[in-house]
Amino acid sequence: MNTIDTLLERFATPSRRDFLRTSGRLVVGFTAAAHAGPFVSLAAQTGAALGPGPYPDPDFHQLDSWIVIHQDNTATFYVGKTDLGQGTGTAFRQIMSDELDMAFARTTCVMGNTDITVDQGGSGGSDALQTDGYPMRRVAAEARRVLLDMASQRFGVPLDQLAVSDGVVSLKADPSRRVTYGELIGGNRFNVTLTGNDINATTGIAKIKPVQEMKNVGLSPRRDDVPAKVDASPIWAVGVKLPGMVHARNVKPPVAGAEVVSVDESSVSGMPGFVKVVRERNYVAVVCEREEQAIAAARRLKVNWRKPATAPFPASGDLFAYMRRTVPTSSPNPNVTGNIEAGLSSAAIRIEAEYEVPFQGHTSIGPAHALADPSNGQMTIYSNDMKSYGLRNGVAEFLGIPRDRVRVVWMQGPQAYGRTAADDAGFEAAYLAQQLGRPVRVQWSREEETAWDTKGPAYVMRMRGGLDAQGNLVALDYEARAADYCHLGYNEHDTVLIAQLTGRRRATPANGGASAPSDMYAVANRRSAMHVVSLPLVWETPLRTGNLRDPNGPQVTFAGESFIDELAAAAKADPVEFRLRLLTNSVRGAVRRPGPASASAPADPANSDPPDDSGFKRARSLAVVKAAAEAFKWDARPSPAPRSSGEILTGRGFAYAYRNQTVVANVAEVEVNRRTGRVWVKRLVCAHDCGLVINPEALRRTIEGASLHGLSRALYEEVTFDTEKVTTVDWRTSPTLTHLDAPATLDVVFVNGDPNPNRPDLPHYGAGEAALKPMIAAVANAIYDATGVRLRRVPFRPERVLAALKAARV
Amino acid sequence: MEQVHNRRMANVTLNVNGRMQTVDVEPSTPLLYVLRNDLDLQGPRFGCGLGQCGACTVLINGTATRSCVTPVSSVKGQITTLEGLAREGGLHPIQQAWIDEQVPACGYCQNGQMLTAVALLQRNPRPTDAQIREAMAPVLCRCFTYYRIQAAIKRLVGGVGPTASLNESVVRGAGPTASLNESVVRGAGPTASLNESSRGPAGEVA
Repeated sequence: MNTIDTLLERFATPSRRDFLRTSGRLVVGFTAAAHAGPFVSLAAQTGAALGPGPYPDPDFHQLDSWIVIHQDNTATFYVGKTDLGQGTGTAFRQIMSDELDMAFARTTCVMGNTDITVDQGGSGGSDALQTDGYPMRRVAAEARRVLLDMASQRFGVPLDQLAVSDGVVSLKADPSRRVTYGELIGGNRFNVTLTGNDINATTGIAKIKPVQEMKNVGLSPRRDDVPAKVDASPIWAVGVKLPGMVHARNVKPPVAGAEVVSVDESSVSGMPGFVKVVRERNYVAVVCEREEQAIAAARRLKVNWRKPATAPFPASGDLFAYMRRTVPTSSPNPNVTGNIEAGLSSAAIRIEAEYEVPFQGHTSIGPAHALADPSNGQMTIYSNDMKSYGLRNGVAEFLGIPRDRVRVVWMQGPQAYGRTAADDAGFEAAYLAQQLGRPVRVQWSREEETAWDTKGPAYVMRMRGGLDAQGNLVALDYEARAADYCHLGYNEHDTVLIAQLTGRRRATPANGGASAPSDMYAVANRRSAMHVVSLPLVWETPLRTGNLRDPNGPQVTFAGESFIDELAAAAKADPVEFRLRLLTNSVRGAVRRPGPASASAPADPANSDPPDDSGFKRARSLAVVKAAAEAFKWDARPSPAPRSSGEILTGRGFAYAYRNQTVVANVAEVEVNRRTGRVWVKRLVCAHDCGLVINPEALRRTIEGASLHGLSRALYEEVTFDTEKVTTVDWRTSPTLTHLDAPATLDVVFVNGDPNPNRPDLPHYGAGEAALKPMIAAVANAIYDATGVRLRRVPFRPERVLAALKAARV
Repeated sequence: MEQVHNRRMANVTLNVNGRMQTVDVEPSTPLLYVLRNDLDLQGPRFGCGLGQCGACTVLINGTATRSCVTPVSSVKGQITTLEGLAREGGLHPIQQAWIDEQVPACGYCQNGQMLTAVALLQRNPRPTDAQIREAMAPVLCRCFTYYRIQAAIKRLVGGVGPTASLNESVVRGAGPTASLNESVVRGAGPTASLNESSRGPAGEVA
């Protein structure tokens, strides 16, 4: 059996936590560190599983919490992030081995386990390298400094007479005299105290290296998580087995907001393997010995539900009308430049348009799941939660037990790019395990996941614009309504679904939010106004909103960049030329802030991102827009293209966005089938500037995935519902991008648009989400170019496209 | 913790990855749960339970089959799971192609992608691009690795060896090879860019 015990035998290593707390020595448990890759984290996990608890937080002020140098001169890095398959773990190894001066192949990285890695928040916001890369570089640099000090003492020579390469320190004057890092530390702890007011500020005395001295940065070592993902290795949270574990399935309300009147346990108590029905207020679950038994019992359980007195939400067909007429729950102060109404009234040409984006789900390929073990009076949760630390804290609060009695063992799993920010299954498994006193595995069904996962908010956006007589944009107005009231945050113990259903939720919902397009266009008169609206049912609803990859970005950029295209068409200008004009005009008037000018100074976000960095951002926007057009071989002409007479209409569309210091431009070439309405994005170009590139190949894969995620949201994704329940419940009712839709070519262009010619490189900015942001707009603009028909409602499924073509007599 | 099962349980014998295995289960139990929970295999994964996504795919006599909707008692042939693909001492070529092309993101669906590709190439060693798309279409990926999956399959169709570039490309910033670094146009204003266009999939006519 692939139990934790047998895993332990296979990947045995002493408890990392024990090393940190007590022993001061780490017996090397694995020798082929370079090949151990994913198994190392499993070993650490399973090693830790022996510990009876409690599980205090690793001390981020101790160098030993971050780096262990083994006697065989290998290094293990402990990083409190989670790698969802975008190569961040490999990238951390690259930057840390560079700072440490250790060969990349002699390093491993352990991530995301709450008892052995410092709480760096898990993943989210594309911040792994942008934010956490710096403390990780600093602690690695500090370890190098301490090791060189040791060597200096050992050889009795000053530091400047030492050379170091790949973890071996030698005398410059006599290279035959050498010692390895492993020999220097000799299995002992560093015992070095770090400083910094918070985890992100963690630092030692050593300075990080200038980029020119980093050897592994810019190379593409293969991702270390890949081999185990193709050979069926036991790396998955879905695959953990524990002695005595049982299987649970939830029974969800058939109508949103329904209340349990009664549960007839006798309807299932005679079924094979039946263990228990657990019910607290409106939360109902069935527990059985075997998984298929739990599935059968959950289907058969008789629950008497009382429907709510009023409809929980309008039907999806009425959603946008409802959003337009309902009174907003909040309307933050708009962003204003100049005077929008005066600008519009003085314009020679005025246009306006409204855009609609429905709720879209995370719809993970694997529904929510977790295994919770209440042994030893602790609670251990085996989970794929991208925010494992938040899950740990939330579960402790929810169960009313001390934080140090809860730990989350982070393992691989199906990712859904924000879904596990509200990790329902993790909370449910822990709750049921506490109730039963046995390890409980919770697995959501497909219907449950698709209907009840968290959703990206629906948007209605009105745009107005004015052009002067020369076709220059003089006024740009944006007003959005987002259905985002009671937005769920980060594994909060009083907002996750089981907290809602059991009545343990907080009294006041989160305000939610709405966003505006993020670009560097300078327009003399511009306003961005946003409103949040609520659906009638606020809690216990399957239309709860959460963080879906690049939250709000694809929606608002769809409106913003579609409308820029509409303005370009109204000005009879080429869409790229029109954008360049908006960016170039502004650069003329902006103060250039070159950032650190010294070629030897390491790039650091603190001084390369000055308060007024608009000139910097515009220069980089220009570079990315130009690079995308160049790579696509964009021919300048206004849209739409002259329409051909055949069945297939072709066109190209452009869109650009700025996301938290990362700039991206997408160009889509589409084929629109005039007879069927099918849209195929045949070719994609993505120009991307996220600063210093650590691992080009992993970055390219990340951009490819984000781009195609954007395509899926453009072409297919929509949550539908009647006035009682969500009706997207499987892959037929909730279609997604498939192999048939893959572009024939997908080109990624890495851009360095830094206006400072003296800087060796920019900081490493984020990349996990940015490429998604402009994609819907790029597709819409391409469809317009191909057909002359403007689609202002997502998604662009064949029936909608066909109807629009017919209405326009195309 | 052994459960005393009622009389609906029955012994079912399966040939899995070349080994005969007998399990005591309710005969209508989907094969997926037997493979995962009784035989402790990690390859086939639960994705939908409806036969719609392909995450649970196994080969039965070489045919890609959705184990989540296949009653265990109905299985007559040889079952091959992802675990059974590897040959003595090495990965199956499809697995190697997946590594060479760096296909997986989260990796959860890749079991179904690889086994469906194996079945495709067994019945049609030289599929066209359109045939690849058609055959792979029923296997879903929510990290959207389709482009790389198709590139990996085309590696095998075209007999293209692994490209060396994965470990050698230097894009910008630091790197051991100065001459490569010089190809990056630095800080030269708006046109500063490095066109790093990836090649299209093997055999693709641009």
